[in-house]
Amino acid sequence: MFNDIARAGRYLGQAARLMVGMPDYDTYVSHMRTRHPDQPVMSYQEFFRERQDARYGGGKGRPVRCC
Amino acid sequence: MNRSPAVNGGLVRHLPWLLLAVVGACALGVVALRRGESINALWIVAASVSIYLVAYRYYALFIATKVMRLDPTRATPAVVNNDGLDYVPTHRHVLFGHHFAAIAGAGPLVGPVLAAQMGYLPGTLWLIAGVVFAGAVQDFMVLFLSTRRNGRSLGEMVREEMGRVPGTIALFGCFMIMIIILAVLALIVVKALAESPWGMFTVIATLPIAVFMGIYMRFIRPGRIGEISVIGLVLLLGAIWYGGAIAADPYWGPAFTFTGVQITWMLIGYGIVAAMLPVWLLLAPRDYLSTFLKIGTIVGLAIGILVIAPELKMPALTQFVDGTGPVWKGALFPFLFITIACGAVSGFHALISSGTTPKLLDNEVNARYIGYGGMLMESFVAVMALVAASVIEPGLYFAMNSPPALVGTDVASVAATVSSWGFVITPETLEATARDIGEHTVLARAGGAPTLAVGIAQILHQVLPGENTMAFWYHFAILFEALFILTAVDAGTRAGRFMLQDLLGSFVPALARTKSWFANLLGTVGCVALWGYFLYQGVVDPLGGINTLWPLFGISNQMLAGVALILATVVLIKMKRGRYAWVTAVPAAWLLICTTYAGLIKLFDANPAVGFLAQANRYREALANGELLAPAVNAAQMQQVMINNYINAGLTVLFLAVVSSILFYAIKTALVARRHSERSDKEAPYQPMPSAH
Repeated sequence: MFNDIARAGRYLGQAARLMVGMPDYDTYVSHMRTRHPDQPVMSYQEFFRERQDARYGGGKGRPVRCC
Repeated sequence: MNRSPAVNGGLVRHLPWLLLAVVGACALGVVALRRGESINALWIVAASVSIYLVAYRYYALFIATKVMRLDPTRATPAVVNNDGLDYVPTHRHVLFGHHFAAIAGAGPLVGPVLAAQMGYLPGTLWLIAGVVFAGAVQDFMVLFLSTRRNGRSLGEMVREEMGRVPGTIALFGCFMIMIIILAVLALIVVKALAESPWGMFTVIATLPIAVFMGIYMRFIRPGRIGEISVIGLVLLLGAIWYGGAIAADPYWGPAFTFTGVQITWMLIGYGIVAAMLPVWLLLAPRDYLSTFLKIGTIVGLAIGILVIAPELKMPALTQFVDGTGPVWKGALFPFLFITIACGAVSGFHALISSGTTPKLLDNEVNARYIGYGGMLMESFVAVMALVAASVIEPGLYFAMNSPPALVGTDVASVAATVSSWGFVITPETLEATARDIGEHTVLARAGGAPTLAVGIAQILHQVLPGENTMAFWYHFAILFEALFILTAVDAGTRAGRFMLQDLLGSFVPALARTKSWFANLLGTVGCVALWGYFLYQGVVDPLGGINTLWPLFGISNQMLAGVALILATVVLIKMKRGRYAWVTAVPAAWLLICTTYAGLIKLFDANPAVGFLAQANRYREALANGELLAPAVNAAQMQQVMINNYINAGLTVLFLAVVSSILFYAIKTALVARRHSERSDKEAPYQPMPSAH
């Protein structure tokens, strides 16, 4: 029961962040740890800036949002 | 596939759905057949929701299993290229939120409000039928195609499947659509903020609030989106509340009162500056605010409609189905089908469904939930907008949305004209409504946003009653729309700049360098100048601007949808699934018929209020005879009106050319593909889903 609520809350937070283009940081870290243990892992601040630039800066003419 | 337990429960399994379908049909019957007495908004909600669910259960499932043959064992791009950043297998509910936030903007809120001039029935029927057979199919198909092609964009897929020339034509079409969308969105903001010190103050206040949020997230508490969004929201509500005092102030009230033309120039200047600023300073934080505000408002509106269960005051059908309506000109067919684009079918979604979403899909069977389901949700938002526009007095609706050239400029003449159409309203009611919402006037507020804001305010202030809350909720609704339109203008200008630099870069390579400050400035100014031109033209247009720009927007958006559905049809034929090609070919044909017919009417209709060329000729002849036609006050303005109409005509020809050339290449490709004995599409090779992480 409490686990379900906690999981729903976690998904809600993830959904809210992904709505503004911010993927889950913990997922990124665990991905880097398991798949690329040799490569450096960005801190949350670096990750945040990198994702913000990727969403709005580099665009390559791809709109992030519809009318 | 054989499901063993389903043998005896086969029919029983369908019973609840049959029941739901009957409920939907009955509700729709009430919506469609009840005449002369007002019906409750819940009938529309019940009809649409039950039909959506049945369509999702059966038609979307049919597309998923028979047409696409979605394969749960096939690895998606998110799984294959997982990098924790762009490609991340994401839980389907989380991804649904992302996709919905990306597709739902101002479009589904504005179109239905404009379409309400024909009554609520035509809009409701088109929203439901359009989304089930065209809009949701398009989103779902494009998401499927892009997922099977490593997340390719729409333009890239057209190029790969149909050839380089149609690919470039499609990209150019996208750029022109972007320009028209930016112009029409900006026009909505201008119409809502002109002569409104309260609205203007709150919108200007969002700039320092967003900059503060940006600095906070960058330096003070890096990356804390949640807490700063809450702080920003509180500041924003404070600004709305304080805006009332500003508007009433004898000095600051007039200081924040601007004409439409002044706001146009401010927006143009803003567009240039905002697109040159670093993204973290203004664009990103305001995007956060507008996204959360949008989701919150949509949820609030849904709860409000369910709790209040308002009666619809707009008739089911008005006399304006014949095409003589004051808000926009044109008969039900084809103009209803281009006035309501977003919510029924929106071509722009093809760019989103082939953007970030396919890179986040954890399993391709979830494409049905995200693609088809997400679009159903947007359609529901559009249904709520239609309800909000229909709960206000029809007389008030027409007084707000009719151009001054038609109904006059003071409350007495407007009330008299609108009442003469059969929508009785008194000058006192118009004045009282303006007072209630804290504005000087409600007249000449076309563009959808103010009407929707009055509807939302009426619904929300009944849920949360209190002294003077009408005015607060009205400005809340205006701010919420202005906020995400400004974000769209900012982000759209950046995207348009890249497209323009790309385009110019093929002639002068130096201009394609996106790191060059000069090339950026040139691209930005070029892009802003293009949408700024159409915006300015719309603002000074005596017939309201929306009258001209909204059909152009609708035609271009529906044509893009046509292009996406044509692409899907071609790919189905290349996949040797031609016998299911009707799933996309029928809506594509319908859209092409509507848009081509509408485009030809906009070009050649003899009525100057409808046809661009007729209007241009009227002004040219008057100029030749030395006459002046209102609202032009001198020959130069006459010249301007004439040129504007020629440009609009040229643009319409361009859109028609884009879509017919795509159709030509599609037929060519399909004929070639039919001669092959093997499938010839460019799908990425099958890779199995890894069994465990």
